[in-house]
Amino acid sequence: MRICAEQRDNVLYVRLNGEMDEYSAALARRDADRLAETYAATSERAIFDLSKVSFMDSTGIGFLIGRYKKFQRYGVPVYVTNPSAGTDRILEMSGVYTLIPKA
Amino acid sequence: MENFMKLEIAALGENESFARSAVAAFALPLSPSLMELSDIKTAVSEAVTNCVVHAYGRETDAGKIRIECRIEKTGFGGTLHIEITDFGRGIDDVEKAIAPFYTTLKGDERSGMGFTIMQTFMDEFSIESEPTKGTVVKMSKRIGMERTAEIPRAEERERVNA
Repeated sequence: MRICAEQRDNVLYVRLNGEMDEYSAALARRDADRLAETYAATSERAIFDLSKVSFMDSTGIGFLIGRYKKFQRYGVPVYVTNPSAGTDRILEMSGVYTLIPKA
Repeated sequence: MENFMKLEIAALGENESFARSAVAAFALPLSPSLMELSDIKTAVSEAVTNCVVHAYGRETDAGKIRIECRIEKTGFGGTLHIEITDFGRGIDDVEKAIAPFYTTLKGDERSGMGFTIMQTFMDEFSIESEPTKGTVVKMSKRIGMERTAEIPRAEERERVNA
């Protein structure tokens, strides 16, 4: 899974690209947290763009909540956008959207 | 003849992607929809991840995961039966383990939603586990059943148009 970020008008866009499972999550976590440390202080909010996520299992729930907590330390709210139908169902049933709304 | 396949893999994280892709590829003759394929891949991923993370833990010698699939043809569609077996430490309290949000690895960003997802995404789900012996997860999904209802309607339309 590749992760890249773009900051525009104090909004941090974090784009995930590839498959998110237990195996790929470790590196994704490290990369996303580096981005948080670099950009969070100058961001008003962070939006995780899932449009290029080709697969996500329940690992994605833990991943997103973990990043939510990370950004929360900087007072930066987190949103998700463009989940696939499958991912949407997982995030909906696990209640992730109550913490991390859809942008 | 009923189609089947049997796969034995090392319980390693890098096999999670291979396992779900292999099962999804096996299901292709049933012409599953993208959503059905995604459901199958997700359920298999959850079961295999459980074997990697929980059944054998992080021991240096990875254990084995056995994946058996069978296709039961019915009319235009069919049912995919999946059985995923490990020979690891087993689950002490199955009822607790399958409860939503329950996890034994709290500090690890684990959601505890694996079994709930398997149950939701598949039509049938059962689990048998014996401490120190291992765990068997059985799941089935009916595939292409919606189309069996649609196809006669399409034929009917053709007859009307002709």
